[in-house]
Amino acid sequence: MLLNYEVLDNKLVVKLEGELDHHVSEEIRQELDELIEKKRCKLLIFDLSGLHFMDSSGIGVIMGRYKSISKNGGKVCVIKVSDKIDKIFNLSGLYRIVDKHENLKDALDSM
Amino acid sequence: MEYKNYMKLEFESKSQNEAFARVVVAAFASQLDPTIEEITDVKTAVSEAVTNAIIHGYEKATGMVRVICTIRDNELEVIIEDDGQGIVDVEKAMEPLYTSKPELERSGMGFTVMETFMDKVDVYSEAGKGTRIKMVKKFNSLNRSKDVK
Ligand SMILES: Nc1ncnc2c1ncn2[C@@H]1O[C@H](COP(=O)(O)OP(=O)(O)OP(=O)(O)O)[C@@H](O)[C@H]1O
Ligand SMILES: [Mg+2]
Repeated sequence: MLLNYEVLDNKLVVKLEGELDHHVSEEIRQELDELIEKKRCKLLIFDLSGLHFMDSSGIGVIMGRYKSISKNGGKVCVIKVSDKIDKIFNLSGLYRIVDKHENLKDALDSM
Repeated sequence: MEYKNYMKLEFESKSQNEAFARVVVAAFASQLDPTIEEITDVKTAVSEAVTNAIIHGYEKATGMVRVICTIRDNELEVIIEDDGQGIVDVEKAMEPLYTSKPELERSGMGFTVMETFMDKVDVYSEAGKGTRIKMVKKFNSLNRSKDVK
């Protein structure tokens, strides 16, 4: 599992690559929390184009970051979601709190 | 005549083995000529059940997890067993969004994902004894290739 990030006009864009399961979720969670703290961004965009596999552990990771960011009035969204992962997000009701966009431009425009 | 094949895998309840287990089951299922979509469904369901055995069945302790696969014609049956603490109320455990571990950022969607991605999911559990999840997936690929001929 790889985590890359960039900050685009005060928005944190995180790209997850590989497989997100319970085993890697603890580490990813820590890295994300440190980044959010350090970069002080209120907007977090997850680019999931490189995420080949995800189970329900991924819901926990995204919902958990939403909880901390929304406390400070921030927002979270996901982009480039594959059909399988989209199905899991739909089941969990994640889209009630996290927006989905086709690409980075759409996400940045909406925020 | 019915085509049959069988395999059994046993490993320690370490989170490193979650990826190992789903890859092994996917490799075993590959003889059914599955689509990528079907394989992803099976991998996701196996990942859910194995993760549950590790984090709920055994919690901090270490025990053995068994994965038993049987192929019957174009059907794959996957059984995932642990000898952990078991589930007191299975019906409640299977409800969407129910989790006994919200502090670990679990979302309570594991059983719902298994039921969505597999054709059948049965749960047998006894408190203090362990849990067995039996899932079945039908693969349509073999029929498809027959149609072509
Ligand atoms: N093998 C098991 N042994 C003991 N309890 C289990 C087992 N599998 C599931 N459970 C119980 O059933 C509940 C629901 O399981 P489910 O997989 O649906 O959600 P979760 O594991 O809590 O969260 P998620 O899978 O979304 O990360 C668990 O919280 C746990 O209490
Ligand atoms: Mg689970």
